[in-house]
Amino acid sequence: MLARYWVPAAVAALHLTASNVAAAQDLNQAPDTMAARVEACTPCHGNKGEGTNDVYFPRLAGKPSGYLYNQLLAFRNGRRKYPPMNYLLEFLPDPYLQAMADYFAEQRPPLPPPGATDASQQTLQHGQSLVTRGDPVRQIPACGSCHGPALTGMEPGIPGLLGLRPNYISAQLGGWRYGTRTAKSPDCMQMVAARLTEEDVTAVAAYLATRPAPVNSAPAPKGTYVLPFACGSEPD
Amino acid sequence: MDLRLSLAALLLFVSVTTQHAQAQEKASEKASEKAGASRSEIVVRGEYLARAGDCIACHTAPEGRLFAGGRAMPTPFGTLYTSNITPDRETGIGKWTAEDFYKTMHNGRFPDGGLIYPAMPFASYTKVTRADSDAIFAYLRSIPPVSQKNRPHDLRFPYDNRQLILGWRTLFFTEGEYKPNPDKSVEWNRGAYLVEGLGHCGMCHSPINALGGTSQSDAFKGGLIPMQNWYAPSLTSNREAGLGDWSIKDITDLLQTGVSMRGVVYGPMAEVVHNSLQYLSDEDTKAMAVYLKSISEPTPPPPPSSTLPTTEGSLLISLGKTVYDARCASCHGAQGEGKPPHWPPLANNQSIEMQSAVNPIRMVLNGGYPPGTKGNPMPYGMPPFAGLLSDNEVAAVVSYIRTAWGNRGTPVSGREANELRSAPLN
Repeated sequence: MLARYWVPAAVAALHLTASNVAAAQDLNQAPDTMAARVEACTPCHGNKGEGTNDVYFPRLAGKPSGYLYNQLLAFRNGRRKYPPMNYLLEFLPDPYLQAMADYFAEQRPPLPPPGATDASQQTLQHGQSLVTRGDPVRQIPACGSCHGPALTGMEPGIPGLLGLRPNYISAQLGGWRYGTRTAKSPDCMQMVAARLTEEDVTAVAAYLATRPAPVNSAPAPKGTYVLPFACGSEPD
Repeated sequence: MDLRLSLAALLLFVSVTTQHAQAQEKASEKASEKAGASRSEIVVRGEYLARAGDCIACHTAPEGRLFAGGRAMPTPFGTLYTSNITPDRETGIGKWTAEDFYKTMHNGRFPDGGLIYPAMPFASYTKVTRADSDAIFAYLRSIPPVSQKNRPHDLRFPYDNRQLILGWRTLFFTEGEYKPNPDKSVEWNRGAYLVEGLGHCGMCHSPINALGGTSQSDAFKGGLIPMQNWYAPSLTSNREAGLGDWSIKDITDLLQTGVSMRGVVYGPMAEVVHNSLQYLSDEDTKAMAVYLKSISEPTPPPPPSSTLPTTEGSLLISLGKTVYDARCASCHGAQGEGKPPHWPPLANNQSIEMQSAVNPIRMVLNGGYPPGTKGNPMPYGMPPFAGLLSDNEVAAVVSYIRTAWGNRGTPVSGREANELRSAPLN
């Protein structure tokens, strides 16, 4: 009889001691969270991946995890070249990069209000035309045909285009055009960007930056729409 | 040299090499028959030893095939491209014999007698035993052959003349396997064999002179790694990375997982832990720790004081405290105590205090992650502050952590911080 009371009491006491020890350790230890582990990302990408004042550093929050993971792999392996990123990621294993991608994909800080633009009405119209309709004569698909009608991307590999500054977008399109940014074959973004002129790039970047946030900024689920062509970044 | 004469010499050289290659071919066929198709014990041991030698770091290019070479190695003398060491018969070492491999590792010459540039650490690998060399060779014979031609080196005149290596060898190379010290334990000797031989720790942790060599008396005394602009601290001085007052557990933790209660590895050492040290057995890691702890020398006299005028120093340090409290204290603690192992202590941390301030300045500018290892698969990262802090703020905060809490480092200047902004990152 006594033993029956004694055992749970002892277990409870043990449990209490264990949790006290855990709590005491926590004060002297780095928190066991992804937020603490990715603090190295925050000076450039913001605390929740929302971006910072620096126009060249992109927002990460809410982009599809598959896209973020592909970029982390590309930076770690040196395929996508930006020395500060290549350096930070060089010795991190795949599962950890996946955990980082998942973490930022789950963050939902609000999209910033659309920025003021000094682009002309003509430029913005040209940008709108390319983003929404493309240019069939030059075999340029509409941005929205892959990045989604709401431009919020699609799981698992296609990023949303909202919340990015024009400088970042034109720098990336430039990178695709000149082959300094590449992706898995077939490298569809490289094929599209190669058909764009300087004016196209400026217009697309300027127009995208004026777009207001949609009510639901989450990427579309996988397979919501069919891509106009095969794309290595978005496996079937 | 007379052109005809050199042509004649070249032809002779080619014919000799061809005969030699044919003889080798037969011998290596026998060797591979003996190796068998399954992963025999010797292959497994060879893989382990190849990891201890960190062969992969140089002989595998980023996103390249395993051991197919082609990795660019920038040196002060030009760029070297590493060679294909897969068993491909035409472009790799498929025609080599175990004897050829041993001689190359041991003597720094190709089987045809050609001289190898000392970026290949043969001055360390010469200490490797024949049995270990044979095991590594058996392992390399077991990996998939890759047909990939070696890219010619791109060295400036006069360094493109391999004959110059003869001079380097006369000054800096002593051939010979590791000789156990009978006065020391088996464990100590095992550690010394790994550190001085396959581990080739001295390649970075010894000062390198203008000729790209290290004199033996300077072994493990620390030095700036050429082209990388990281400082590889002395392994003998307790003011730097000498481990005299570290516990064996802290040393083995650092080597195996990349983090410890005393400090964390970043930069080039993160590569070594990632590709090599994390795979070593507990026994070998402990042996290395025992040896490394034993080679630390009595603390030398304090380093010369800073060249900064005292008033400038104190202004810097008060600005440094402001920056520290705002940016660093949340992780590293108000008293620099850190939250080890993941957020390293800065107080009484040799890598902060040592005479060269290159590493602490770079850590503030570029941040960094320790390597992801079996023992620490999701490391915590230090944020890069290059974009958030001015040169003066970087200098101030580094000066502060080098002198606060009893640390015995010296202040650094904004100019030093500025110069390291352009240091290569990888």
